[in-house]
Amino acid sequence: MENRTKINAESGKQDLHIIREFELPVDLLFKAHEDPEIIEQWMGTHVLKLEGKKHGSWQYQTKNQEGKVMFQANGAIHEWIPNEKITRTFEMENMPFGVTLELITFEKLTDDTSRLHIHVIYESGDKRDQNLKMGMVQGINMAHDQLQTVAGKLK
Amino acid sequence: MNLRRDVFQAIADPTRRAILLLVATQAMTAGAIASNFDTARPTVSKHLAILTACELLQQEQNGREIYYHINARKMKEVADFIEPFRQMWDDRFNKLEAIMKNYKPKK
Repeated sequence: MENRTKINAESGKQDLHIIREFELPVDLLFKAHEDPEIIEQWMGTHVLKLEGKKHGSWQYQTKNQEGKVMFQANGAIHEWIPNEKITRTFEMENMPFGVTLELITFEKLTDDTSRLHIHVIYESGDKRDQNLKMGMVQGINMAHDQLQTVAGKLK
Repeated sequence: MNLRRDVFQAIADPTRRAILLLVATQAMTAGAIASNFDTARPTVSKHLAILTACELLQQEQNGREIYYHINARKMKEVADFIEPFRQMWDDRFNKLEAIMKNYKPKK
């Protein structure tokens, strides 16, 4: 079960790749990216809006226990091909990371296994590295309890 | 002294991570940093001293004020800063997989 998720981020480049193989048929893998209720369960964030279609848009939001918004992100959907590909932009609101372009491909390996490949393109190499470092410092996963406690102390 | 281990100990503390997060976007004085926390000022000073000692933060004199800013080079050195990012996605994907393995389509 170790290192099933791979991140390729070559130094000096402005993109990175997140690759993971699942013991799931590709249609279930796609479903997990399509159904707001399921997204909320594994992303740990509330789906305010998700229009799974070309020219659609999406918005996610996470609040802490006191109801304060800790994380909000949004973007536009450029391409939505069920069981194959989602192309979208991603922007974390009120954070200095800029906008990323995300090319998310879903690939059938066997009837019961599939591969997810997220190609993330940042505005610059520096923005990418800054974002990754924030991942270390902060953890983008706002559902993380410890972080919520810390963040709750910030005014 | 194992400096690398010290760096990880430094970032293992939630308050110190919050400080790094604050200072990441702009250089700040100790007072400005402390004003973001409920913790006592000396406690924040102690955290700043630790972060400075392991070179994650740098001090810069600007007139009468000392500003703290992130030492980007050192942050880069922190062994494989991609790992926490990878771990985060791995956790999410494990969850996704577990949920979908039990998924029953709504009839």
